[in-house]
Amino acid sequence: MQLIACPWCGPREELEFSYGGQAHVAYPSDPAALTDEQWARFVFFRDNPKGPFAERWAHSAGCRRWFTAVRDTRTHRFLSVGPLAASGSGATS
Amino acid sequence: MSRVEGYGRVDRGRTVTVTVDGTAYTGHPGDTLASVLLAHDARPLDTSIKYGRPRGIGAAWVEDPTGLVQIEEPFPEPMVLASTVEITDGLVARGVDGQGRLSQVADVARYDHRHVHCDVLVVGAGPAGLTAARRAAREGLDVVLVDDRPEPGGTLTGTETIDGRPSREFVADVVAELAALPTVTHLQRTTAFGHHDDGLVLALERRTRGASRQRVHRIRAARVVIAAGAIERPIVFEDDDRPGVMLAASARDFLHRHGVLAGREVVVCTSDDAAYAAAVDLLDAAAAVRVLDARSRVPEVWARRCAERGIEVSAGTQVRGTRGDDRVTAALVGEERHEVPCDLLLVSGGWNPTVHLFTHVGGRLTWDPALGAFRPGTPLPGVEVVGAADGVFDLAGCLRQAGGPDAPHADEEPGEPTMVLWRTAGDPARQFVDLQRDATVADIARAVGAGMRSVEHVKRYTTIGTAHDQGKTSGIVASGITAELLGRPIEDLGTTTFRPPYTPVAFAALAGRARGDLYDPVRTTPIHDRHVAAGAEFEDVGQWKRARHYPRVGEDMTAAVLRECAAVRTSVGVMDGSTLGKIDVRGPDAAVLLDRLYTNVMSSLKVGRVRYGVMCGNDGMVLDDGTVLRLADDRFLVTTTTGNAAAVLDRMEEWLQTEWPDLRVRLTSVTEQLAIVAVAGPRSRDVVGAVFADVDVTNEAFGFMSWQDTALDGVPVRLARISFSGELAFEVSVGSWYAAAVWDRLLEAGRPYGITPYGTETMHVLRAEKGYPIIGQDTDGTVTPHDLGLGWAVSRKKPDFLGKRSFARPQNQDPRRKQLVSLLPVDAATKLPEGSQIVDLAEDGRLPAPPVPMLGHVTSSYHSAALARPFALALVKGGRERIGEVVGVPVAGELVAAQIGDTVLVDPEGARRDG
Amino acid sequence: MSTASPGTAPGAALPEHPDALWRDAAPKRSYDVVIVGGGGHGLATAHYLAKLGITDVAVVEKGWLAGGNMARNTTLIRSNYLWDESAGIYEHALKLWEGLEEDLGYPILFSQRGVLNLAHTEQDVRDSVRRVEANKLNGIDAEWLDPDEVAKVCPIVNVSDDIRYPVQGATFQPRAGIAKHDYVAWGFARRASDAGVDIIQDCEVTGFVTEGDRVTGVRTTRGDIGCGTVALCAAGHTSVLLDMLGVPAPLQSHPLQALVSELLEPVHPTIVMSNAVHVYVSQAHKGELVMGAGVDTYNGYGQRGAFHIIERQMAAAVELFPVFARAHLLRSWAGVVDVTPDASPIVGRTPYDNVFLNCGWGTGGFKATPGIGWAFADTVAHGRPHPLIAPFGLDRFVTGALVDEHGAAAVAH
Repeated sequence: MQLIACPWCGPREELEFSYGGQAHVAYPSDPAALTDEQWARFVFFRDNPKGPFAERWAHSAGCRRWFTAVRDTRTHRFLSVGPLAASGSGATS
Repeated sequence: MSRVEGYGRVDRGRTVTVTVDGTAYTGHPGDTLASVLLAHDARPLDTSIKYGRPRGIGAAWVEDPTGLVQIEEPFPEPMVLASTVEITDGLVARGVDGQGRLSQVADVARYDHRHVHCDVLVVGAGPAGLTAARRAAREGLDVVLVDDRPEPGGTLTGTETIDGRPSREFVADVVAELAALPTVTHLQRTTAFGHHDDGLVLALERRTRGASRQRVHRIRAARVVIAAGAIERPIVFEDDDRPGVMLAASARDFLHRHGVLAGREVVVCTSDDAAYAAAVDLLDAAAAVRVLDARSRVPEVWARRCAERGIEVSAGTQVRGTRGDDRVTAALVGEERHEVPCDLLLVSGGWNPTVHLFTHVGGRLTWDPALGAFRPGTPLPGVEVVGAADGVFDLAGCLRQAGGPDAPHADEEPGEPTMVLWRTAGDPARQFVDLQRDATVADIARAVGAGMRSVEHVKRYTTIGTAHDQGKTSGIVASGITAELLGRPIEDLGTTTFRPPYTPVAFAALAGRARGDLYDPVRTTPIHDRHVAAGAEFEDVGQWKRARHYPRVGEDMTAAVLRECAAVRTSVGVMDGSTLGKIDVRGPDAAVLLDRLYTNVMSSLKVGRVRYGVMCGNDGMVLDDGTVLRLADDRFLVTTTTGNAAAVLDRMEEWLQTEWPDLRVRLTSVTEQLAIVAVAGPRSRDVVGAVFADVDVTNEAFGFMSWQDTALDGVPVRLARISFSGELAFEVSVGSWYAAAVWDRLLEAGRPYGITPYGTETMHVLRAEKGYPIIGQDTDGTVTPHDLGLGWAVSRKKPDFLGKRSFARPQNQDPRRKQLVSLLPVDAATKLPEGSQIVDLAEDGRLPAPPVPMLGHVTSSYHSAALARPFALALVKGGRERIGEVVGVPVAGELVAAQIGDTVLVDPEGARRDG
Repeated sequence: MSTASPGTAPGAALPEHPDALWRDAAPKRSYDVVIVGGGGHGLATAHYLAKLGITDVAVVEKGWLAGGNMARNTTLIRSNYLWDESAGIYEHALKLWEGLEEDLGYPILFSQRGVLNLAHTEQDVRDSVRRVEANKLNGIDAEWLDPDEVAKVCPIVNVSDDIRYPVQGATFQPRAGIAKHDYVAWGFARRASDAGVDIIQDCEVTGFVTEGDRVTGVRTTRGDIGCGTVALCAAGHTSVLLDMLGVPAPLQSHPLQALVSELLEPVHPTIVMSNAVHVYVSQAHKGELVMGAGVDTYNGYGQRGAFHIIERQMAAAVELFPVFARAHLLRSWAGVVDVTPDASPIVGRTPYDNVFLNCGWGTGGFKATPGIGWAFADTVAHGRPHPLIAPFGLDRFVTGALVDEHGAAAVAH
């Protein structure tokens, strides 16, 4: 169980956070214009690298704010954290 | 008796009686079961798992592979090491033949957890650990020092010289200095068993007082200092498993801790220097001792000390085997297998640093040929390894490494390097490597012969290292022997992975207090006590306890629910709906956000009005539903299903923050703050009108799907014409603090009408009669709004909302998708079990042999008071096209005929609801 | 029940292994079929390919044979899945399990002791009945048991009302069981090796040689290997391979933890799974309790998980099985499972004509081993998806024809 450095609250226990998967997958500007393949790609397909991975996390049991992080999936360790980009960091569900 | 006067730190003034394998033994406070058994020259404890060979005490602490006992009294505990059990009066134990026994009754002991934060955690209170802890404490840091033994000092016997004084005084001084500091926590009997990221170490404290039996400390340390010492390594030879064969340092330990001489006629066979200390100490305690050193050069200092005492030392001499029945009677020495009588054969093949905590967090080991051992390799951030755990095996070096500028001093002891000797020559089938698994060198040879090349394969093939001790003494020896057999260097093979926990930890200790009601929080509504008083039966919905029904004397659930349903349909009922999720959505862009989240349009909703809404995932499947109240132009109150409240809020936050941060909206959960009471039935208007006299509750003034604010004795109350029953109904919302009072007022006002509290079951029946789906019951994540007949709640005008694009996928156009319909059993008597599958009804009315194609399943099924018959809702392939058709439902092997119908079975026109 | 019957010393009954298991082969220049991944699925595919007469086959494994999820799973075998598609492949696997010891000529300690899937809420009960009824119509043995019947099958389950989420009943599949994972892998490896298949360890795939829409070679740490067909069986590491091929797939790799206790006298006669409280447990042949936990939430290839998940699981275990209180956690570990959006596997074609994909089994991989090996071998041999795996193609994410096993069945693992 790691300490995760929330950009707003500082280091907190991993238990307080929830995972949001790959970052920077923007919602399509015009879903209706997409083919079924393109839409499926957005809905279901996410990168799954072995190594550094840009992700979204939420400090759910703390400030409840979302942020982005780069984490190495080989070691599970966080390499950096930062606030969300101004727009389109990619909600997924 | 093998007690030696003048030795040991047990309290000889007091006597403790324990029973092992039916025999009573006396010992003293400070003894372990192992020391008591040795003190009494007890018989072997048990027999080995595979070959039934006798097994006894092989070591003095957690590394012992053989001395396993089952505790029977005071409470059964399977498989613990005799060497780690501190004796208490009345303790009853027996040897274990391989399997432990669990108690058949529940353990009433308590276990708890404690969270600890500190600057420095030091693991191990031996010379290195004590020194490191003192150093950190003197720097003013918050220090936690844990050690798994009952007392500090580690392998110090008390007689060594540190800073010119006996080491026992050094230990006492350091302990006293630490105890005087408020910044230091020092815990003995506390095993650091797992090391995780960012300095998280879990340690199990075996408590000797306090309410709990054991306590897990979750220690988060900025720096972890591992001073866990080292584990002596055996040398493998023929019949090395006989009781009486023991690790050399352990014999010394028994002598100095417990005053027990483990044997009178001692042979020490060694390939390193440390075992000489055991030889000398045991001789001083009146044993006869002979030393066999596998090395050709004997360390000078020790040669001299031995000579002074008349200990015969044979250089370049190895043990080849043993003789004996229940215990060793002789060592077989040298190539000639010369028989040397002994009752204790001490073995030392060098030392393996206790690197477990270092490797738990991904630390890599490196083979040190000078030490003949694996030691910590590249350092890890925030982790320090000191002393024997780092391969520093001499006292002077340990103190120097751990102590910094004011390190304590001990004299250097010049010595000879350890010789790596995994095994001596002999019959591999009788050379035991893992004594607990009865695995021999021959087993390793067979594994290699079968094609195994990896130490992991050898481990799995031979089971070496998989027993209770997890290979503390056998693992690296097995690697060494495998390497020899393969003709490869051991550093190429490495070791198998050390996994947490370092020593076994009881399930209950890890569970801590998270049991029973504390396993998961119990959430109750502010009206809960009223339901309890009314005799309600409750059901778990998420973490909530919801009143399911309110049986009267003699009623079962069916009868109670029929009565409650009839009351609502004919007069009036009240239900506690406080568990519904409630989210306050506020801000100039609140309507924009809701338009994107719900399938229907919310921006057109007028202030004062209420709209039903459906949410879908991006995959177009229904996630949740609920009502939306527009409180102001820039403010909405959204309700969610009970089970999904947190998930829906999380999802709304996610989209708002990560995708649409430009929207000016704030989301606040008010689930706990607002209680909701549903008042439903034709007389609900009378009841609500009576309680809230200043509100015009006529249909003209207060229409369906609208809300109004009022007050009761100055307390704000919101009324809404929302119906989940299909009846004329009001929802009364009030701050939670006042909810029970409002509930009482409503019941009081409804008394003339026979107002009836109803539970979730009745609510389910009433809504099902109206065809209103329950998300999670009538849906399963594969159902769209259209499948539910909620196409009317899916906007065609909005260019986009979450899930819309997925409705256009080919699969969504399939007319054979499952659709929600009602099912009426043709016999008008059978209540179809929920979950039942639906099949085509064969002409003979019989269930064919499998496989039988399935059309769908029953999602909800009830007895209806209004219909005076059972009915069901079901998801059926192409269901709406098949309305009027009769299908079969297998129930207990028979096919029950049931007719597909529209979902709305009561008041299709909605006159009751809207009236 | 309180004492082991004499003469059943745990371990004494374990089988003697034959003298040789498999040849530790070095790679040849090329093979008709290169199977990437020497775990259960890869080895089973090799075995069944050999039965089809295809033996010019290499199984390349980056580490030690069957050292991934095969070595790390909790060995549960069952086929009581909800949907026809899932039931089809898992039931086929279970039938093969029932004859596997004979087929392999190798002891695998397959023990059919039944599985209870506990229900704790009203919705669990509905879902459970639904699954039981579906199983029956698919010809799979299944029963719904009330709490008293649960206690008869497994007396140590606490079916009283005094726990946080009382047991409302359970589904029961009597034919479910456990097997010894290592022996299964070794048995497949031995037969495949005997048939001429090359098993190549310490051979990590580093890339692929492509020509148009065909892969002509597999680049490895032990040199390039030419190939007629490539069969990917790399479980949690599939994404790494697909990235080399530029083929996207909806896979996410997560740690999944498991643990064992010390050896205990027999107390637990069956397998119990409880999704609501996230625990599944059986007692293995030697007597240890083998337990699995929930999947760690975040992506990770690290073969380790967060300890709070183990603690939570211990709490659930003691809650459901009060007699486990003083059993000891001896060892915990983690594997890397590849999960898909609908909790069903992805098997079938890829954009490359001669590359077939088998992945996404999440927590279900072990139990499927012989079934998927058989169907995947048939697929590779005939160059088209076998009907049993046809529903599991990548294209389902485009059409929306998902086989969603988490919503309704709610029983992963």
